[in-house]
Amino acid sequence: MKLLIKSGRLIDPKAGIDGVYDLLIDEGRIVEIEGDISDDGCEVIDAAGKYVLPGLVDAHCHLRDPGFEYKEDIESGTKSAAMGGFTSIACMPNTNPVADNEAVIKYIIQKAEQEGYVNVYPIGAISKGQRGEELAEIGELKFAGAVAISDDGNPVVSSSLMKKALQYASMFDIAVISHCEDLDLAENGVMNEGYMSTIMGLKGIPAAAEEAMVARELILSEYTGVPIHIAHVSTALSVEMIRDAKKRGVKVTCETCPHYLSLTEDACEGYNTNAKINPPLRTQEDVKAIIEGIADDTIDIIATDHAPHHADEKNVEFSLAANGIVGFETALPLVITKLVRPGIISMTKLVEKMSLNPARLLSISKGTLQIGTAADVTIVNIDEKYRVDVNKFQSKSKNSPFGGMELYGAPWATIVAGNLVVSDHILL
Amino acid sequence: MNLKSKDLLGLKDLSPEEIKYILDTAATMKYVIVSNNKKTPHLQGKSIVTLFYENSTRTRLSFELASKYMGASSANISASVSSVQKGESLIDTGRTINRMGTDIIIMRHPQSGAPHLMAKNVTASVINAGDGMNEHPTQALLDMFTIREKKGTLEGLKVAILGDIYHSRVARSNIWGLIKMGAQVSLAGPATMLPPDIERTGAKVFSTIQEALIDADVIISLRLQLERQKKALFPTVREYSRFFGLDEKRLQLAKKDVLIMHPGPINRGIELTSGVADMESSAIDEQVTNGVAVRMALLYLLTRRGTNETAN
Repeated sequence: MKLLIKSGRLIDPKAGIDGVYDLLIDEGRIVEIEGDISDDGCEVIDAAGKYVLPGLVDAHCHLRDPGFEYKEDIESGTKSAAMGGFTSIACMPNTNPVADNEAVIKYIIQKAEQEGYVNVYPIGAISKGQRGEELAEIGELKFAGAVAISDDGNPVVSSSLMKKALQYASMFDIAVISHCEDLDLAENGVMNEGYMSTIMGLKGIPAAAEEAMVARELILSEYTGVPIHIAHVSTALSVEMIRDAKKRGVKVTCETCPHYLSLTEDACEGYNTNAKINPPLRTQEDVKAIIEGIADDTIDIIATDHAPHHADEKNVEFSLAANGIVGFETALPLVITKLVRPGIISMTKLVEKMSLNPARLLSISKGTLQIGTAADVTIVNIDEKYRVDVNKFQSKSKNSPFGGMELYGAPWATIVAGNLVVSDHILL
Repeated sequence: MNLKSKDLLGLKDLSPEEIKYILDTAATMKYVIVSNNKKTPHLQGKSIVTLFYENSTRTRLSFELASKYMGASSANISASVSSVQKGESLIDTGRTINRMGTDIIIMRHPQSGAPHLMAKNVTASVINAGDGMNEHPTQALLDMFTIREKKGTLEGLKVAILGDIYHSRVARSNIWGLIKMGAQVSLAGPATMLPPDIERTGAKVFSTIQEALIDADVIISLRLQLERQKKALFPTVREYSRFFGLDEKRLQLAKKDVLIMHPGPINRGIELTSGVADMESSAIDEQVTNGVAVRMALLYLLTRRGTNETAN
């Protein structure tokens, strides 16, 4: 049956669309966009007063499958993504076994085809076992279906290995994503180094630990001429250096996450392990710089870094707690609440950061509502207020510092390849 | 007056009135320790457990004697002999102790915030006997008690805290407590041992020991944890002692009646010379006695307050 989305405000920066239109989906593809389309023989979704966006694309998440299914698996993770308005997600390779070979990549793709609620694109490892010693079989990873390579969770400590990874990956035209952290400078810290770490008596991770490796990656990218993507940027100086490098013509792109534009280290107060992440939540000045970086396009992508952990891994001493927060189901509302509604960015820019640019990074044909493309669509009412209830998350894990917060714009509907997956905030 | 919280987790959370109340109560307890009959009924029928995940001699003994002098039933658990070795979580250990009828859990732990986690999960009162680099509130209370006893007041006094401030929970608790009670706190130590933004607490930070010592009424010398040397925070013990050791000559910069304190155990000849440690103006031995008095006061105040609250 045909699906007709009536009278929504369509935003598609790639096609240059911003206006109220009807959008018709047939056999899983977008077939028509017009001012008024007849609803003959169509299932109709009334999107009046709502935004109709290209389905969101997440360039950075953790599905924990295979190996850590007690935290999340492909089914629960993709349900959570669908509830958050994401129709395509790219999952990091720090599974068990590590996605450093064809077999694990194929396992993820097959399992996602069977149980996934949204499109899943695996990211392969840069190095075997993510150990930072030898390159993984990057060519085979690419042909098995990996959309990028990264040792996320672990930085690539060796500069020469990172250089080789860039050179080698360029043969296969696959994106290289770097988790920037100088482990020597981080010295097993557990939160941002500063006043809060001092008064909580916790070991701090200085901003310099991130910045030192961002600087290295910029230099290596410039030296090899190969593009690099910097994951989860969290500090003011990282933004500043990337801005500067872009002006020089370095082929760098980068992402930040909703938590780095909405929270500071203060969220750790009372040893709140749900605010423990890596890189750590920083200061108000860093938050300001991240938001400026988004607004002036220094930061290309807003990714979730969805990182589910079991309650038993969070309900422990702060220093021993796992790093990470779940992000799918709060990402869009946070960006709408913190950036769109205050007028810092437009909905067009939101679509660029959360759909079009991630699709470009991963070289997947997503991020647009153009006629003929697979009908991945997210519908949202940005004036609709709600209170975050972590117990309602579809994710198996509830480790979020945003519980109880009032936000606007929870995704109202999610359509994947023409199928309604979420409708009126309910997973179908 | 009652203490607001069921627990004593840190001086960061106490009001000046509460601190004064604890110190006043400790003054009455001190008579018991020096008397011939060290037995009071204050804790009769109360159950107290010390749960230590780190080694301790004086703090643990001090709490244990305080419990016994006041008639409590007390028991001790060391992490090395408990089911912690079998992988039990802190919360599970806490629940187990709690359900045996324990009124107060006295806890030392290498992780900052561990007593806070415990406190949220048990109905018993939790006393922090030192958590990571965060706080050691009973040490600071006994330090403040000693200062007040010797100087009559805390207000307006100049207190110099010297040494490895970064890793010191004694320093953090003293900074919170002393500033709340109106003292001026000066800190000095190697730049690699000063925590970032510590001046935001109201303490003054100096890069030489001499500057911090000028006109000091009280000196708290911190123990140099020698194992830190492996982490390259200072080059050699010799160099540390040369630039940050407290000797008779440097002591001249302080007021004539300066009070010298140290939480113990002392590394003689490193953070302070034997001459300084054994001077008449040294209160280091007195601190030990006062430690028992302060802990008696706290145990009494927390049990008197009752433990009816539910864990959240």
